Amino acid sequence: MAEALCSKAGIGIRRDPADACEQSEPCFRSRALPRTQDPSGTRERSAAAPLLQIEGLSKSFLLHRVSRRVQGCQDIAFSIEPGQFVGITGRSGSGKSTILRCIWRTNLPERGRILYDSARFGMLDLAQATQRQMLYLRAYELGYVSQFLNALPRQTAYDIVLKSALETHGTADRPRAERETERMLRHFDLDENLWELYPRTFSGGEKLRLNIAAAMIKHPRLLLLDEPTASLDNASKLKVRTLIEQLKAEGTTMLGIFHDLEFMEGLCDHEFNMQEGMMV
Amino acid sequence: MLDEQRFGADETPCLSVRHLSKRFGAGCSHCLEPGAQLNRNVCPRCGTVHAVRDVSLEVFPGEIVGVVGESGSGKSTFMKCLFFDEEATEGEVRALPYDGGAANLLDLSPQQRRAVRNTVFGMVYQNPYLGLRMDFSSLSNIAEQMIAAGSRSVGVMRGRGEELLTRVNIPLTRAAEPPRNFSGGMQQRVQIAKALSNNPPILLLDEVTTGLDLSVQAAVLDLIQQIRRDFNVSMLVVSHDLGVIRMLADRTLVMLDGRVIESGLTDQILEDPQHAYTQQLVYSLL
Repeated sequence: MAEALCSKAGIGIRRDPADACEQSEPCFRSRALPRTQDPSGTRERSAAAPLLQIEGLSKSFLLHRVSRRVQGCQDIAFSIEPGQFVGITGRSGSGKSTILRCIWRTNLPERGRILYDSARFGMLDLAQATQRQMLYLRAYELGYVSQFLNALPRQTAYDIVLKSALETHGTADRPRAERETERMLRHFDLDENLWELYPRTFSGGEKLRLNIAAAMIKHPRLLLLDEPTASLDNASKLKVRTLIEQLKAEGTTMLGIFHDLEFMEGLCDHEFNMQEGMMV
Repeated sequence: MLDEQRFGADETPCLSVRHLSKRFGAGCSHCLEPGAQLNRNVCPRCGTVHAVRDVSLEVFPGEIVGVVGESGSGKSTFMKCLFFDEEATEGEVRALPYDGGAANLLDLSPQQRRAVRNTVFGMVYQNPYLGLRMDFSSLSNIAEQMIAAGSRSVGVMRGRGEELLTRVNIPLTRAAEPPRNFSGGMQQRVQIAKALSNNPPILLLDEVTTGLDLSVQAAVLDLIQQIRRDFNVSMLVVSHDLGVIRMLADRTLVMLDGRVIESGLTDQILEDPQHAYTQQLVYSLL
């Protein structure tokens, strides 16, 4: 069953990112695209080559205190082609987040392979990649948005997004990073009065919007979205959707978990459902 | 912060520690055997304390590596071995800035070790009394460190001292005062300034925020973040406080009874701890 879905997910209409880029004037120029091309031109990607290919991924958690093993996800297999948007649905506790967290290495994958076509390292199994490689990929190639703000304390909202931009795009063009930061904060309707405040005092929705802004400003090659709209009102949801559409048009590959199917409608190239740790 | 050019599979660590062990006691045929059963870290036959057992780690340029564990797990002894405050029983320590990483620092002569202490490592102890001369002025403390590294110009040393004290938020009006008069947090910041005086590429921080109240702790942690950002130093941070590790460290090692029982990306250690002890440690997080 899982394999059937996997092959289904593997065959998709591949949009040419270069074409898509010209359609809309992106407000944030992507650095994700040049990175995907090997400067020597020797490593040209064939049309069918997936950016991410997961094979037989299983993860369980051994809880020593109660001597029990809790299943996270089991025998997961699917692939994502460059520029695709793949959505995962399922009830809470069905193991959706575990997949994303295994890719990001917050969870240590137990079995299986997570083959990722890195701009820097070439084809790499993220389940086996070194810690340093993962740190590099987190900084420059992968993005992760969760429902929770994960930033250092005592940083202003503005600095969180700016730091994120500077980390990926380098400190050389600081004015541009500042412009992009402002544009991003405006896009998410984060009140200018809040920019110089610590997000500790923000509402859940404001924190989440900030979180998404910090992740998206990096223009990662592969963006992992862990229910990024869970606690947002409809207006904010639309903002997130607009930006996801924009990123998609720029060629960003995305893997997202969403609670509400409506939100994903017309956006996903493929979606699959999870139950009790398995793809169904 | 992260050096893109040197980042990845082919990069060279700034500090590399291989199979470092420290024993208090001679050891016997029972406990020197690999995989010997000890009573925690004490040999049941001869009573030798195996404070650090076969610890290996690497710290890369600009990286902060955390070491957590309860008191008595060997964290501080490990740090002291690196800084030659304790003589390691066996192992290898190589630092890229010293001799291009060719020399095992544990084999160096006392004179060479002093050079390493003055120019390669900066050490910040939990107890400021170990790192500072409490009766000298704060400026003299910094100057002392610079003289040890060969500096002779009073003007240069004063300038550097004032720059560093400003950096760590010690008002210059108090620069001539001995740290004895200062609060714990201020003493810790003077210690950090002193450790930075010769621009060491590697900072060793041993429980730097332990015993400080929360707001002072925050100031010291923010300072460490800034130092990392501005000077791209590599740091080894030892703490029993997971909050400190979570805030500072890219990667983390967990020590128990002198051994490294687990290591990984800091968020993975905190979110998906593998070892029973680490799980217990994470559950204890407030």
